[in-house]
Amino acid sequence: MVENQPSVNDAATETYSKKMNMIQALNSGLDVMLGKDEDVLIFGEDVGYFGGVFRVTEGLQNKYGLKRCFDAPLTEGGIIGSAIGMGAYGLRPVPEIQFADYILPAYDQLVSEAARLRYRSNGEFWAPITVRTPYGGGIFGGQTHSQSPEAIFAHVTGLKTVIPSNPYDAKGLLIASIESNDPVVFLEPKRLYNGPFYGRPDEELKTWANSGDDSAEVPLGHYEVPLGQAAILRPGREATVLAYGTMVHVAKAGIEDSGVDAELIDLRSIVPLDIDTIVRSVKKTGRCIILHEASRYGGFGGELSALVQERCFDHLRAPIARVCGYDMPYPHAFEWDYFPGPIRLARALKTAVEYR
Amino acid sequence: MKGSNLPRLELHIPEPPSRPDTEVDFSHVNRGKAGAVRRPDIAAPEAEMRDLPYELIRVLDDENAAVGPWDPKLSADTLIKGLRAMMLTRAFDDRLFRAHRQGKTSFYMKSTGEEAIAAAQSMALDKGDMFFPTYRALAWLHARNYPLTTLCNQIFSNAEDPLAGKQLPILHSARAYDFYSISGNLGVRFVHAVGWAMASAYKNDTKISLAYVGDGTTAEGDFHEAMTFAAAYRAPTILCVTNNQYAISSFAGFAAPERLPFAAKALAYGFPGIKVDGNDFLAVWGATQWAAERARTNNGPTLIEFYTYRAEGHSTSDDPSAYRPKDEAKHWPLGDPVERLKGHLIALGEWSEEQHEALAGELKEKVKVAVKEAEAIGTLGQSKPPIDEMFEDVFEELDWRLKEQKAELHSRREGRD
Ligand SMILES: Cc1ncc(C[n+]2csc(CCOP(=O)(O)OP(=O)(O)O)c2C)c(N)n1
Repeated sequence: MVENQPSVNDAATETYSKKMNMIQALNSGLDVMLGKDEDVLIFGEDVGYFGGVFRVTEGLQNKYGLKRCFDAPLTEGGIIGSAIGMGAYGLRPVPEIQFADYILPAYDQLVSEAARLRYRSNGEFWAPITVRTPYGGGIFGGQTHSQSPEAIFAHVTGLKTVIPSNPYDAKGLLIASIESNDPVVFLEPKRLYNGPFYGRPDEELKTWANSGDDSAEVPLGHYEVPLGQAAILRPGREATVLAYGTMVHVAKAGIEDSGVDAELIDLRSIVPLDIDTIVRSVKKTGRCIILHEASRYGGFGGELSALVQERCFDHLRAPIARVCGYDMPYPHAFEWDYFPGPIRLARALKTAVEYR
Repeated sequence: MKGSNLPRLELHIPEPPSRPDTEVDFSHVNRGKAGAVRRPDIAAPEAEMRDLPYELIRVLDDENAAVGPWDPKLSADTLIKGLRAMMLTRAFDDRLFRAHRQGKTSFYMKSTGEEAIAAAQSMALDKGDMFFPTYRALAWLHARNYPLTTLCNQIFSNAEDPLAGKQLPILHSARAYDFYSISGNLGVRFVHAVGWAMASAYKNDTKISLAYVGDGTTAEGDFHEAMTFAAAYRAPTILCVTNNQYAISSFAGFAAPERLPFAAKALAYGFPGIKVDGNDFLAVWGATQWAAERARTNNGPTLIEFYTYRAEGHSTSDDPSAYRPKDEAKHWPLGDPVERLKGHLIALGEWSEEQHEALAGELKEKVKVAVKEAEAIGTLGQSKPPIDEMFEDVFEELDWRLKEQKAELHSRREGRD
């Protein structure tokens, strides 16, 4: 997967990779694609001169010029709508929505237009846009800086939905998304921007650089992590844990706490979904726990649960369990009560292995 | 303020000037005088054009002469081509409307009374400029001789439907004709036109875009979004409101304060708005040319309000006599676009009643033949595109879900379940 070549941006460089946090990795992905393809351009609220409220687009306007990375009026519908028009022309826009909580004004554009343009025109028009947007909680963001809206995109035929959980994947998946000819909603777990988070708010935070996590070592050049391929982050025999985004790290902690020998799968993209990896794992372990931060009812966990039940029925030794956010808006003061942390996962794992 | 003697508030609900049981009232329509509105230089500062939206740009006067600075001075040949495109649109609408009544399709929408707008713009713009149409703009295709049979195939959703049965009748897509894919949700593509134009400018191309919304649709947020984007980035686009006075049963007063020209909305965004007689083929052409020149020379967007009247029902599902006087169309002060261009050509000595009648007959026959051809392939439900097409183009490639679902469908059809 990793191209063993010097960076395309800086051919003179001696190093092929370096430690990056997720912000830097995403920035590097954008940098690579701006350098590679004239048709790639970036716009969104505060992404230009200022470099974005999370610094993901820092320095790009300076390096590539005003026209390649610029600020947009504060209108999410306008941002996605115009990106679709640019896509139909032949560009590969990478618009940013400042917080996933604010993608809803553009929901009509994404659902009715971006997702269906190719289908309804029978292939005459399409818009290969990649909508980047920070999502997820655990940062005291309250109701409108914490949401995990992946399920409302997963239900939309024609959209791809991608969620990285570490710097290496973030860059590789972002490049693959930009190069995809289908529209992609790219959800960035902002809780993981600076370092992994295990769902233990009292624990001292680690940066990606000092986390000891190999995925913080990011190649400088162009590489892809293909969409629709999950990663098995921890092999196990007793249960399968399905997670994505921030919850991948929470799952690591929860599995450790539980003492259960669980297999951890990072889905990486929920559309397209790597069904084969999931099914193979559950058939082996006989138990499946789904972990996501979004509220439970109607969440993507419901779909995962149904798929596993349909395909692994004869192999299941315990009911499929979902560990999710509660069915309420994301509360501020009760953040750690709402957040599905490692304790809840550990309990679900123990219940599953002790079943019958 | 308890106990004060302030007057009680009252909620204002806009009401149209006339209803089925009242006299037609178009007293609010100020036609102005043909040829009277000045035509500013394309590079004139916006500040010097703020009076324009309040005037009605017209070229054809009541004596059928072309007058004033907006006259595009077209050859008789071009005018006859334009007349033909409008007449073809009308003949096609009449025939396909009947096809719906006969159960050959599920739905149809006419553009009667509005044919001049898309016909003139289709001819006035260059190949490669992209049109972001509404469902009431088939005249664009007719002006460019889009194959009628193919259009009927789409309307019948038959085996040779170019959209493979995926889309409602007349929500067409014709990339080779610079005609962007239409969809059912109103307004959304107004913003696409701006993005498309921005892309053209980004690539230092020379192409511009053109987009429509109806008067009713200006109330959607997309209108504001498109105008904001067009203004900020000076996008080379022509944004048009086809003000046909109605949105289904609601009169235009719900989308804008009564009497305020839609064209004046451009003033708030800082680019010019002009209001044009939409039933005047020459005025539509002249205005389009002006706006196109502005766009092509980096002078930015223009909003054009085409002032017209929806002469027939909203769609095959609508009966306008339920909400407006039956004969209102006959009283429309700007007349009928076909009659007016015909009158002009006759006044020029380039056309005659006999020629007109002959052309009308010829076009009727042409449409009849096309409909017959499409019928021979099949009408709705009698013939279908290949079933596998249903799974194509959701994504660039079928994912595992679609592959499984396709296999499931086939096994069911083959009776293996
Ligand atoms: C977003 C959305 N809302 C409502 C409708 C239903 N609808 C279809 S056409 C129409 C009226 C549109 O009126 P106008 O914009 O004035 O265009 P006209 O039909 O007069 O050409 C409505 C309400 C729709 N298609 N899309």
